[in-house]
Amino acid sequence: MTDATQEQTGPMVAADGTPLKKSLARSLRNQKMRALALIAPLLIFVLLTFLAPIFDMLFRSVENQMVSDTLPETVAALDSWDASGTEEPGEDVFRALYFDLFLAAEAKEHTKLGTRLNYEQVGISSLFRTSGRSLDDVGEVWQDWLEDDVDEIWGEGSFWYDMMSGEPADEAVLDDARDRMATLTGDSMRGDIGFAPGEAISALLPRTAREYAAFAVFTAIEDEDVVAEEDPWEAVYAAFAYDLSQPGTADAIGSYTGTGADQLQAVVAQLDTMPPVDFKAAFAAIDQDWMSVENWAAIKVYSSRYTSGYFLNAVDMQLGPDGPEARPENQQIYMMLFRRTLVMSLVITFSCIALGYPVAWLLANLPARRANLLMILVLLPFWTSLLVRTSAWKVMLQQQGVINDVLVWLGIVADDARLVMINNQFGTIVAMTHILLPFMILPLYSVMQTIPPSYLRAAKSLGANNWTAFWRVYFPQSVPGIGAGSILVFILAIGYYITPELVGGTTGTFISNRIAYHISSSLNWGLAAALGTILLLVVLLLYWVYDRIVGIDNVKLGG
Amino acid sequence: MADKNVDNAFVEFDRVQKSYDGETLVVKDLNLTLPRGEFLTMLGPSGSGKTTCLMMLAGFETATYGDIRLGGVSINNIPPHKRGIGMVFQNYALFPHMTVAENLSFPLEVRKMGKSEREQKVKRALDMVQMGAFGGRRPAQLSGGQQQRIALARALVFEAELVLMDEPLGALDKQLREHMQFEIKRIADDLGITVVYVTHDQTEALTMSDRVAVFNDGRIQQLAPPDKLYEEPENSFVAQFIGENNTLEGVVQEINGNRATVQLDGGEVIDAKPVNVSKPGERTRVSIRPERVEYNKDRLQEGVHTLKAEVLEFIYMGDIFRTRLKVAGNDEFIIKTRNAPDQVRLQPGTQIEIGWLPEDCHALDA
Ligand SMILES: Nc1ncnc2c1ncn2[C@@H]1O[C@H](COP(=O)(O)OP(=O)(O)O)[C@@H](O)[C@H]1O
Ligand SMILES: [Mg+2]
Repeated sequence: MTDATQEQTGPMVAADGTPLKKSLARSLRNQKMRALALIAPLLIFVLLTFLAPIFDMLFRSVENQMVSDTLPETVAALDSWDASGTEEPGEDVFRALYFDLFLAAEAKEHTKLGTRLNYEQVGISSLFRTSGRSLDDVGEVWQDWLEDDVDEIWGEGSFWYDMMSGEPADEAVLDDARDRMATLTGDSMRGDIGFAPGEAISALLPRTAREYAAFAVFTAIEDEDVVAEEDPWEAVYAAFAYDLSQPGTADAIGSYTGTGADQLQAVVAQLDTMPPVDFKAAFAAIDQDWMSVENWAAIKVYSSRYTSGYFLNAVDMQLGPDGPEARPENQQIYMMLFRRTLVMSLVITFSCIALGYPVAWLLANLPARRANLLMILVLLPFWTSLLVRTSAWKVMLQQQGVINDVLVWLGIVADDARLVMINNQFGTIVAMTHILLPFMILPLYSVMQTIPPSYLRAAKSLGANNWTAFWRVYFPQSVPGIGAGSILVFILAIGYYITPELVGGTTGTFISNRIAYHISSSLNWGLAAALGTILLLVVLLLYWVYDRIVGIDNVKLGG
Repeated sequence: MADKNVDNAFVEFDRVQKSYDGETLVVKDLNLTLPRGEFLTMLGPSGSGKTTCLMMLAGFETATYGDIRLGGVSINNIPPHKRGIGMVFQNYALFPHMTVAENLSFPLEVRKMGKSEREQKVKRALDMVQMGAFGGRRPAQLSGGQQQRIALARALVFEAELVLMDEPLGALDKQLREHMQFEIKRIADDLGITVVYVTHDQTEALTMSDRVAVFNDGRIQQLAPPDKLYEEPENSFVAQFIGENNTLEGVVQEINGNRATVQLDGGEVIDAKPVNVSKPGERTRVSIRPERVEYNKDRLQEGVHTLKAEVLEFIYMGDIFRTRLKVAGNDEFIIKTRNAPDQVRLQPGTQIEIGWLPEDCHALDA
């Protein structure tokens, strides 16, 4: 045999002369493609409805673009600020914050950012909300100065429009404004704006041109108004004031000849009466919390586009300026919940084994008729609604419930010392054991069914008593069933939601209840996704451990 | 007969009856005595109660009535694991989660035997079935014949004096089966153990046993050594069941000591040995083995009755010729002849005359 294969030199060739390997691969490929086409609808369905949400969840747990999308300039300016120091950021950061926040407030995005940052630093939410309202006042100072002290024409939208327009146009400024708005709102900002910023004016007053372009884009596309007829934002005045305060601007205006050159020179003439440009002071006036280093540290720490913050939060930690650190004691909750979920799921799994094993044994060993009846009893819970079953346990276990009544009637328990068996861990364990029991019994049963009675007889004929025969011979062969049932029950239990919600009270709830809370109430989807991801990882880890110990090919769901 | 064996009776069934449903008796009045060291086979068609008898002996079923004794002690109330009876199951029942050595060591462990002694005994038992090199394997990694050997070794390793085997070779192919028959017999003889062996394969029963108990319908039809069973069947069931057999039906005309005259239903008259008939006028079924039929006139005895026969079919089977005849209205009459140089090959359509020694033709119950 080996001689023959050694003699065989060169590749084998099929009847048509192509190498055998190649023609085999081709025929196998055809087969595979046909099989794939057959399952394609299901495959696509599974990919779309099952895998896509999971990957979306995984992505959400690290995604953190909101800070950098909403406050792009601020984030860039914060780069050079030392978050671990005691000094609050400088004027450049506050200036960037002013313009970023003004735009965000116009687009009503600043409260969302406040909510997001509030997960990490309590109080930021209200800071953002109140500041959003006061930002107008900051720019109004210069608007009033221009209108009242310099020239009324500075209050006219059409004048601003004419001054900011021009030939040749500076498309870059406009595109920049479109991108800024698009990132901020998530909407497309394509479309006609009816405004073309002049190259000359944007070179002269860059900040003003930038803010006016943003104003123009927003007005034309979001509000669908005519830019020339609208009065500019207060931020445009603030930008103008800032541009004026820059050294060299006054000289450049002197030699400027475009539209509004006269008015600009009039402004320069009165420049010494202009209110000072100090954004930092302005923010300090709005809310002293802007001077808090902690708030700024939180903004800086969570300004990267991807963050481990949600995951750290999910394990009771947070990102500090110096890296991950433990949360304050009173905010630690998730590790305890994870531990509780794991421990209770284990208890439920073991209860299911303890209760399910004898039932499965009976099922496998009773005569067919009675086994069928028992099987119906086992399956009965499947045919009743989960809510009904859970509510039934409420009726049974509550303090005025059936069990307490019976115990009191029997005199085992005093009437004023009725047992608390619901809205705690006990209630959750009892109800969930009941609900998950069929998932233990069915795999156990199908494995036990395949164990011939002759093994027990053989063991006894070899001298083993009933217990030894069971323990040494029958039980090891039923282990795959226990394994399959345990995996099913444990994985179902660890992610269970409804029953702990209904009968768990505060001490018997699971991590899934917390996830649901973050999904539907606190709307902290990132944290919910991180918690969900950790849950998924825990399950996979346990699966792996189980595979190492028991072997996954030892798991049998059926004969 | 029971009295004769009472001194060395090892296993005794005493008027044992068994019913599963309270309506029908699966085992009806079983009386059986085995001396120590005997190899007894229970042979019978499926459903005749063989397994039930074995299970009662092993303790997995209880006798509805009667007494089963082992070494003179009634074991009716002794649980199976205390009976010390080795057993080989039809599907071997080797524990799949244990290695071969662990399987063999199991009965020794439950007997609280020390480790070194266990290992020694396991090794000896494995060597006995020539499986010494397979101790570390799992049963699933063995062929059917190897599993069979291990099952045998496991039943023997704790030195049971009585070993029960319920169709142990049923799952093996013919060649392996024949080999294992020989092997089991050899080991049983070497160890001097008592064996109760159940099979529905008559060849197996005949080749292995000291005595064979032919079961039918919950009763032992005949209990005899193989040669006696084959050559002197006591009733037509045994004659039919053991080996190939030709039957002709008729009425007893006359019984004269060791010779009976039977008139067949077609009117022909033949001689037979009265076995299960007592008086003239009784209906009978006569039985003749195919190899005892003679058609060569020269070899036929003087004065015996002969029958006319028509050759229907000739089958060449290598070592023998098998010829189907039509005799006295029975067209399934078979004769077997040795393939010898001078043997005539009968051509279909030929008319011949057949006969036999009267002792070879048994007049049995109808
Ligand atoms: N556990 C049982 N319950 C009811 N009837 C049984 C049982 N075991 C065997 N029988 C019946 O008893 C009869 C004899 O069975 P068995 O002893 O297994 O015969 P054998 O082994 O000779 O084939 C059969 O008719 C069978 O249907
Ligand atoms: Mg049987």
